[in-house]
Amino acid sequence: MSQPQIDPSPKVSDEVRKTTCYMCACRCGINVHLRDGKVRYIEGNRDHPVNRGVLCAKGSAGIMQHYAPSRLTTPLRRVGERGEGKFEPISWEEALQTATEWLNPIRQTDPARLAFFTGRDQSQGLTGWWAQQFGTHNFAAHGGFCSVNMAAAGIYTMGGAFWEFGSPDWERTKLFMIFGVAEDHDSNPIKMGLSRLKERGAKVVAVNPVRTGYNAIADEWVSITPGTDGLFVLALIHELFTAGKIDLDYLIRYTNAPWLVIDEPDSDEHGLFLRDKDGTPQVIERKTGTVAAIDKNGVKPDLKGFVKTKEGRKAVPVFMKMAETYMDKSYAPDSVAEVTGVSAAQIKAIAAELARVAFDEEIVIDQPWTDFKGEKHDKMIGRPVSMHAMRGISAHSNGFQTCRAIHLLQILLGSIECPGGFRFKPPYPKPSTAHPAPGRITKAGEVASGPPLGYIHGPEDLLVDEAGHPLRIDKAYSWDAPFSAHGLMHMVISNAYAGDPYPVDVLFMYMANMSWNSSMNSGGVMEMLRAKDETGNYVIPKIIYSDAYSSEMVAFADLILPDTTYLERHDCISLLDRPICETDAVADSIRWPVVQPDRDVRGFQSVLLDLGARLGLPGMTNEDGSVKFADYADYMINHQRKPGIGPLAGFRGEKGDQSGRGEPNPDQINRYIENGGFWMEEIPEEAKFYKHANTAYQDWAVEKGFFDTPQPVTFQLWLEPLAKFQLAAEGKGAFKAPDHVKDRIKAHFTPLPAWYAPYEGAALCQKAEAEYPYHAITQRPAAMYHSWGSQNAWLRQIHTHNPLYVPGPICDEVGLSDGDWALVSSHHGRIKVQVKRMEAVNSRTLWTWNAIGKRRGAWALSTDAPEAKKGFLLNHLIHELLPGSEDGLRMSNSDPITGQAAWYDLRVNIEKAEAGEGVTEPVTGTQEGPQKGPDSIDGALRYGQEWSS
Amino acid sequence: MTTLPIEPPKKLGLVIDLDICVGCHACAVNCKEWNTGGYGNALSDQDPFGADPAGTWLNRIHSFEAVPFDDAGQPAPQDARIVHFPKSCLHCDDAPCVTVCPTGASYKRSEDGIVLVNEDACIGCGLCAWACAYGAREMDAEAGVMKKCTLCVDRIYNENLPEEDRQPACVRSCPANARHFGDLADPFSDVSKMVALRGGVDLMPEQGNRPVNKYLPPRPKSGTQACGSGQSEHVSLLKMAETPQAEGFVGWLDHALSKLG
Repeated sequence: MSQPQIDPSPKVSDEVRKTTCYMCACRCGINVHLRDGKVRYIEGNRDHPVNRGVLCAKGSAGIMQHYAPSRLTTPLRRVGERGEGKFEPISWEEALQTATEWLNPIRQTDPARLAFFTGRDQSQGLTGWWAQQFGTHNFAAHGGFCSVNMAAAGIYTMGGAFWEFGSPDWERTKLFMIFGVAEDHDSNPIKMGLSRLKERGAKVVAVNPVRTGYNAIADEWVSITPGTDGLFVLALIHELFTAGKIDLDYLIRYTNAPWLVIDEPDSDEHGLFLRDKDGTPQVIERKTGTVAAIDKNGVKPDLKGFVKTKEGRKAVPVFMKMAETYMDKSYAPDSVAEVTGVSAAQIKAIAAELARVAFDEEIVIDQPWTDFKGEKHDKMIGRPVSMHAMRGISAHSNGFQTCRAIHLLQILLGSIECPGGFRFKPPYPKPSTAHPAPGRITKAGEVASGPPLGYIHGPEDLLVDEAGHPLRIDKAYSWDAPFSAHGLMHMVISNAYAGDPYPVDVLFMYMANMSWNSSMNSGGVMEMLRAKDETGNYVIPKIIYSDAYSSEMVAFADLILPDTTYLERHDCISLLDRPICETDAVADSIRWPVVQPDRDVRGFQSVLLDLGARLGLPGMTNEDGSVKFADYADYMINHQRKPGIGPLAGFRGEKGDQSGRGEPNPDQINRYIENGGFWMEEIPEEAKFYKHANTAYQDWAVEKGFFDTPQPVTFQLWLEPLAKFQLAAEGKGAFKAPDHVKDRIKAHFTPLPAWYAPYEGAALCQKAEAEYPYHAITQRPAAMYHSWGSQNAWLRQIHTHNPLYVPGPICDEVGLSDGDWALVSSHHGRIKVQVKRMEAVNSRTLWTWNAIGKRRGAWALSTDAPEAKKGFLLNHLIHELLPGSEDGLRMSNSDPITGQAAWYDLRVNIEKAEAGEGVTEPVTGTQEGPQKGPDSIDGALRYGQEWSS
Repeated sequence: MTTLPIEPPKKLGLVIDLDICVGCHACAVNCKEWNTGGYGNALSDQDPFGADPAGTWLNRIHSFEAVPFDDAGQPAPQDARIVHFPKSCLHCDDAPCVTVCPTGASYKRSEDGIVLVNEDACIGCGLCAWACAYGAREMDAEAGVMKKCTLCVDRIYNENLPEEDRQPACVRSCPANARHFGDLADPFSDVSKMVALRGGVDLMPEQGNRPVNKYLPPRPKSGTQACGSGQSEHVSLLKMAETPQAEGFVGWLDHALSKLG
């Protein structure tokens, strides 16, 4: 029989349009193939710096997200009670008029009565600026429960952080350590990077309680007990100090290790740097033993010795404080083995391997460069050890110090910004001192003093009133969370409900699923949103919410502004926000409507600009009161943050031939589209490494508009702002810490990275061991991003519900087998879930996947969907307040330094339960919509059948 | 009963690297996305937003937890690991799914060895799926025909695509570069060389199907070897330190600083 003839070259598509993915936060470049006006196929853009052609499961499932029945279709006004999901459609004009009427009086009388928080927002350059123009400081995105510990620790320590601010040198590193990274984080770049490491035979060490995803393919796994990574890292540092395996030359050149710090516990300057009249820190000169300013020409600082000041105070180099601290026996591998769950032998072996690779496998690039002191170097020395860390480090109450410890380890090895090490991505490094201070309300009806989020440097910068009470609704930048550079979104609803520090009139949110997976204590948050006062009015009076989909939070809002899908919108992935640069290049990108919406929806950013113009906000109206920006695209082109600097750095100037700085170019978006949706420019060869200290880089950064003057960074191993808070807690100096935080500031705001036990376990004291002996954490699966995945017809076939994975030894102890039901309890609540046994996990840690569980009726799934019946959230077990808050002090379950939500601190117990109806508990009611379930798809889905050949 | 071609001149297939596969499902979803609008009927989904979602996939990822045995033959749960195993049609040389087909719908191409289903001739009897040792074929519930990996036969020769994109969608999209496409009949092809170098293996060779696709086993782990079972030699930095401990930390520091000049 002859074989059939098939067409080897069938038609693929009518057109390919290149834009940016939004199926997670990576922001990969995508080629969207269109056929007959529909999306035929989405693939990775080969030219794009982030993904270089590849695409993950989420990105490939974009078609199903774009056509999901859960998409909102029109502006809505709530008609039922909050949470029921009953709405009536209204026009855009009515919706915007309503929002204006709600917001305008607030702006004119008390701008703090608006809380504007924006979730997984990729347009904070706009949304933060909008808040500033409105005149409120009550703004943040989701960083406070995601990764502010990483960002803040990185910026304060070295002017840059993991992920968006930097990356391992994948092409050169020989030993890579990855801490606390879930299966999907930084999705494509990490997978691409791991692949390069494996090809080159580089070694991967994974530190994670759970051995899935990236950890499953690592050469070595460290099955750390949650919340103890800091202790593990400090034990590695102990080993390096003990053996003298430290890059002293690097420390002297690039860090404050030689700076003199006042070491006089009774003095009111204890822990501060010794400074001269001009405020310049001092060092001991190695040859002469005399004191000199750090910037004295040709100074060669010592790392040891001490001096006495005129007042008779002792001052010692930071390095001596480090040696004294980290050589202490309490950090010896044998001392930390039990708490960390890592054997002393493994700690010692990893320390030895780090030192061996850093110092014995040094790599050299023959590239001359000049440092910021003017010294010429004829080559670049590389210490090919690199690290990456994320959620498992950040989501603990000791995460800031733990992340600082990791950076300290990297710096001691001389492996930051060198070939083979961890490298920054422009516009980073940028020292904390070059960031603005957080803005504050000036006067009702006027622009706030600065952008709402920024960096503080001591108690004098706090946003507190004269009595020390928080000014912000989330208590960011207060004594409760001084260095909260991303705000505390997780506390907004709880604080507004409690009227602590004050109530709000309007809660305005964007793509933040607060009544579900984006809150701790989800059930409690739903009650707070539903709560009414004695007059029958909602305690949180008005809620405006924008989302593209029928999420759990939509059901709790009063006014819905429906957003578009990511293929229908303009966006800019801006250097003013969260950049997509590479270590060798500066880059930014756009989204543009590659398909037109078929519903009455509008991109939220355009709506925000419209609303701003209706409110008469200064940046959004012309002097005559007319509308300044027609829409977000207009803003992307024509907004200037300062002369020549706008949201997009590419194709600037009248002819589009300038980059970084330049006049607005009316053709800019078209130029981005022609270029594949992004712009990228390579860093000059001489400027590619040692960016923090490299004159050529600093000059290039000024030329491109990242800074107006060079901003070299001296790595702050000793973090003086923390010492200032410790003094305030001791009652010394002009600022006094309030009583309720004194002890924790004294103990945990150490200027050198230290480890302390996570707060939830510590607050439970003996109860933790006796009643809640286990840890429980969640991580995202590789194929889903937060709550978005389950509305996707393809992705939900991969994960339809989430089991609770229970370590084998606990299963044996409790008598659990696969498929059994169990009750899991914490100090705050109890859930009933189905379990699955697992061995490749820390023996005291239970875990599950985040946000697969759904509320019944949400996301346009049927009410009997497995996500709602068998899926669950661990969030119900996590309180937003620490145990012991019953006495009226509402202490947030957060890192005391940054306010990062500490949802990985969770302690639990588990017992076997009857299956009963075989449904997870708690059941949190059913929402009717607004988008309804499967009826909108008639039986089966046969996407693309019309194109079958 | 359908006959197999005599040895095809080319044997196009996939080489899948289990050393780097992180089980992210990128290949599986991109495959579904390409093929639902490509060769043959769409890959349908049943009850896509309801209680029992299911659908047709040409490539699926299976994740297992493997608990190895220690030297004494006992399970060693402390060395347990997750193994990700992507599975699609292996385009066997001796493909029982072809020979079992009563209508000739299932066939192996004589020019490149790709196993395809001629959907016009498929009666949906399902015999081929029963014959396949790997469970690599799926009956589409809506179309009533058998679906399987086509090696993206509508991509690999497609002149409407740029030359660099003429490869299967799964290979093009894999973020970890764990999937490779080529001619396994040519010993000098990149894929054949990779198989030789890394000791690529057949899946279930005892079945005698002579699969064209190959799997590359995980490379030996190069950990610091202090963890897990059977590793007794302890490494310590102190043994490697340049300076005898007798001099103490300050002695070392003095010495080290003096070397900086």
